[in-house]
Amino acid sequence: MPTAVNSATYAAVPIGTVPTTLTINGETRTRAIEPWTTLLDLLREGEDLIGTKKGCDHGQCGACTVLVDGRRINSCLKLAVTLDGANITTIEGLGQPGDLHPLQSAFCDHDAFQCGYCTPGQICSAQGLINEGKARTRDEVRELMSGNLCRCGAYSNIVDAVLDVIGEKA
Amino acid sequence: MNRFDYARPASVAEAVQAGAGEQVRYLAGGTNLIDLMKENVDRPMTVIDINRLPLGVIEELDGGGLRLGALLPNADTAWDARVEQRYPLLSSAILAGASPQLRNAATNGGNLNQRTRCYYFYDVATPCNKREPGSGCGAIGGVNRIHAILGASDQCIATHPSDMCVALAVLDATVQVTGPDGDRSIPIADYHRLPGDEPWRDNTLKPGELVTGIDLPAEDFTQNYTYLKLRDRLSYAFALVSIAVAMRVEDGAIAEARVALGGVAHKPWRSTEAEKLLKGQQPSPQAFGAFADALLAGAVGQGENDFKILLARKGIIRALKQAAEATPQSQTDKRVA
Repeated sequence: MPTAVNSATYAAVPIGTVPTTLTINGETRTRAIEPWTTLLDLLREGEDLIGTKKGCDHGQCGACTVLVDGRRINSCLKLAVTLDGANITTIEGLGQPGDLHPLQSAFCDHDAFQCGYCTPGQICSAQGLINEGKARTRDEVRELMSGNLCRCGAYSNIVDAVLDVIGEKA
Repeated sequence: MNRFDYARPASVAEAVQAGAGEQVRYLAGGTNLIDLMKENVDRPMTVIDINRLPLGVIEELDGGGLRLGALLPNADTAWDARVEQRYPLLSSAILAGASPQLRNAATNGGNLNQRTRCYYFYDVATPCNKREPGSGCGAIGGVNRIHAILGASDQCIATHPSDMCVALAVLDATVQVTGPDGDRSIPIADYHRLPGDEPWRDNTLKPGELVTGIDLPAEDFTQNYTYLKLRDRLSYAFALVSIAVAMRVEDGAIAEARVALGGVAHKPWRSTEAEKLLKGQQPSPQAFGAFADALLAGAVGQGENDFKILLARKGIIRALKQAAEATPQSQTDKRVA
């Protein structure tokens, strides 16, 4: 029989929930999660990590991008219960005021945002891009950052910021 | 999203057993299914999380082919060294699709089984024979710029949105499935279907069947190939028309050419009959144009998408030229050479 099935299997947790262990920004926690909860909603409403933004909620804008085991994904299209055991990094885990991540510093240096709503997703996506190691040229950065929309149109400065950090690492 | 029971089977056999019921969905990467559930287009009673099943690897096949695991993410497939070196057309097509984040989550099996992005299919306030059989088709006579020009029916003019599958059609891939009646193999040409009078059936899977892998036969289309995707913006958009070409050129003549189209029909569109026109030909605009006319025979516009017929014709000619000259379309430098 399948292992984790609704209420009957886990009498000790609220009905309809699935015990799920996630390590979020280095802190491991186990929660009883309703299976229809997306990672995005869990982060924002369950864990009070509101740096991750809800833009379209349909995988079309990239504002909700986070890193799962170092890989960038749209947290709006991922059910949290499917990630049991995973290591999740949000913008809060990349850097903090006074201890900025190099990408956060580069976004400031290059004026790579205006309203800032897309910025956490842009930065998490850029970290994912760096982890992938496939983008070196401007064209490649543009293409591999295309999953993050910026309605203010700060794209050229975003690419500059990402290229700056890639250059530092090279 | 509706409430549902959640199951996480420990083996393929358990998954198939659990998948045999009514209103059950297998959940892999979730990039399409979760979206459909948010829109109430799909309301499963049970969701079977198959992500822990051991179907996420690439295996060598006897005879030189590869088996792509159904649960391997699209990104891992496109960037696998074996796929890049032996099936660059497939890598190119996958990298032309979606976004890096989506490709990290979306799986090979899920890519096959993703559903149309027809606006009416997605909008539960409108009629749609695919979503609700017998309710009608809003796209016929409606807003249909992205819809089919080939193989449509009077009940449905939706297109299959995949890029990966267009390359798979050219590569003569085989889909491996398992289900209540055991294992079977489905040639990619027979996997997706035309809407006909059953537009709710996207493919030929039987109830409860689960895709386990995709087999690529040994082929040598590593020089003369291209994936040309034409769309409203240069990235992160579905194809209006896409063209996959794999070709063998010997002594300056076309020994073999295979061409499939995306964005124009309910399945990747390919005609092995039309491909015979190219065999033995010298690459030329005339030969390519004659082939394009044969592949597009019977194409019908729906009004807003009439432009696709000419776009497809010109795209086919351009893609054949790219393949013949061994200058495949770059998926980063978007200039069309």
